[in-house]
Amino acid sequence: MRLAILGAGDVGRSVADLASEYGHDVVALADSSDAAVDPDGIDVDRALERKLGGDPLGPDDPEAVFETAYDVLVEATPTTLGDAEPGFTHVTRALESDHHVVLANKGPVAERYEELRALEADSEGSIRFEATVGGAIPVLSTIEDSTPQAVTAVRGVLNGTANFILTRMAAEGLDYEHVLAEAQDLGVAEADPTFDVDGTDAALKFVILANVLADGGFSLEDATVEGIQNIPGSALELAAEDGRTIRLIGEASREGIRVGPRLVPENGALAVTGTRNIVQIETKHAGSLHNSGRGAGGPETATAVLSDVGRLPPLDE
Amino acid sequence: MADESAEDEAETDGGVRAYTVRLELVDEPGELLRALAPIADNGGNLLSIHHERGNITPRGHIPVEVDLESPPERFDEIVEGLRDAGVNVIQAGAEHYGEELSVVLVGHIVENDLSGTLSRIEDEADAVVQDLSLAAPDGTDATSSARIRLAIDSGRSDQVFEVVRSIGAEKEFTVVEPLVGGDA
Repeated sequence: MRLAILGAGDVGRSVADLASEYGHDVVALADSSDAAVDPDGIDVDRALERKLGGDPLGPDDPEAVFETAYDVLVEATPTTLGDAEPGFTHVTRALESDHHVVLANKGPVAERYEELRALEADSEGSIRFEATVGGAIPVLSTIEDSTPQAVTAVRGVLNGTANFILTRMAAEGLDYEHVLAEAQDLGVAEADPTFDVDGTDAALKFVILANVLADGGFSLEDATVEGIQNIPGSALELAAEDGRTIRLIGEASREGIRVGPRLVPENGALAVTGTRNIVQIETKHAGSLHNSGRGAGGPETATAVLSDVGRLPPLDE
Repeated sequence: MADESAEDEAETDGGVRAYTVRLELVDEPGELLRALAPIADNGGNLLSIHHERGNITPRGHIPVEVDLESPPERFDEIVEGLRDAGVNVIQAGAEHYGEELSVVLVGHIVENDLSGTLSRIEDEADAVVQDLSLAAPDGTDATSSARIRLAIDSGRSDQVFEVVRSIGAEKEFTVVEPLVGGDA
């Protein structure tokens, strides 16, 4: 497949870097200001070197991405809330011109799911978005394999930063502010960790899961969301006295979405440690499935994007 | 396909889980010890025992509550082992399914009428506060945490959570509920 990649952050760059290993060609790579476009395949190494050196990715205008011949648009621009722009427009343009779209950007899938599906229905192309939920962990493909109708609920930990903070607080008996500062030093938490610690990032993923289970109907404003900012070290100590710990747990079902700090058994499956993520997929006929792994990171998320590309049917020219 | 011998081995992939088993014991010497043996014999790890000597069940026995950990696949064997040993098991299962649940409250708990909070939970949620554990590392006039263990009627956890949530919202507490459902 010929990939046109929008967004040159960690995920976009890793997709470009790993594409050839998966047997795909990169014909375009763009950030918000510049692009490298070549219908015969761009020189990925050179474009990445330039980007990391602070130079433009290439000599082209990002607009040229849509004018070149490609099969799959990889939407890896930063997640935005509300109208989910400019990601939503990128997806629209690709589908309207009968191309496939693989998203790593959560915005359009969480906030405008029904519109995406309507656009897909009128297009020769398909959309896939495994990378939006749980990074490298196969969550949506597991639900697809079980069929969404046979899945009653999905629960779990889908934010590594919040999980890291709670794990460290419990292990070291430290308070939130202290551990957050440590996480920022380690690069686990971003300079502005708001969306990670207030539950928004996890909520977007569980909104996407609820949309998949119910075939749409949800956006972020439908979710009940609480963060971990108010959890002191003493609460984790009390939980531990009782063989429990506290994790930022999300729940998605056809009824709705809820994300908040919850008590879970200390040695239970959902009490993963550090930045690890886990989902528990509750099925009608086969009990619970647990998928765990790295929920973020450039190469990790890129593998989910490239697995999606591999699942796409060939397009008729 | 697993061969026959694999059936005897606990599948530990899902880790161990905490369970609460309620037993009824005859008030005779050695009964408690006898009742606990099948737990360890079947691979369970004993966490705590509540021997409620003051209480008597309708049948005139003494209720004992045992918290234990085991791999989920071993739990049925433990209950079976108890019953084989002639121990009367009233209730067995993951704690949240049954008659007991814990919540953690965070906020200005002590100076915000702690005993009033507890009696409201008991009255409005029709629950019994069994146990309270308080941690106030910065003094009782600062943010503190409380873990409250409630005994409730089976199947009423949703109503109870709702009451605790609304009291929490009123008093500006952060309420950390247990995760109910699925095998967490």
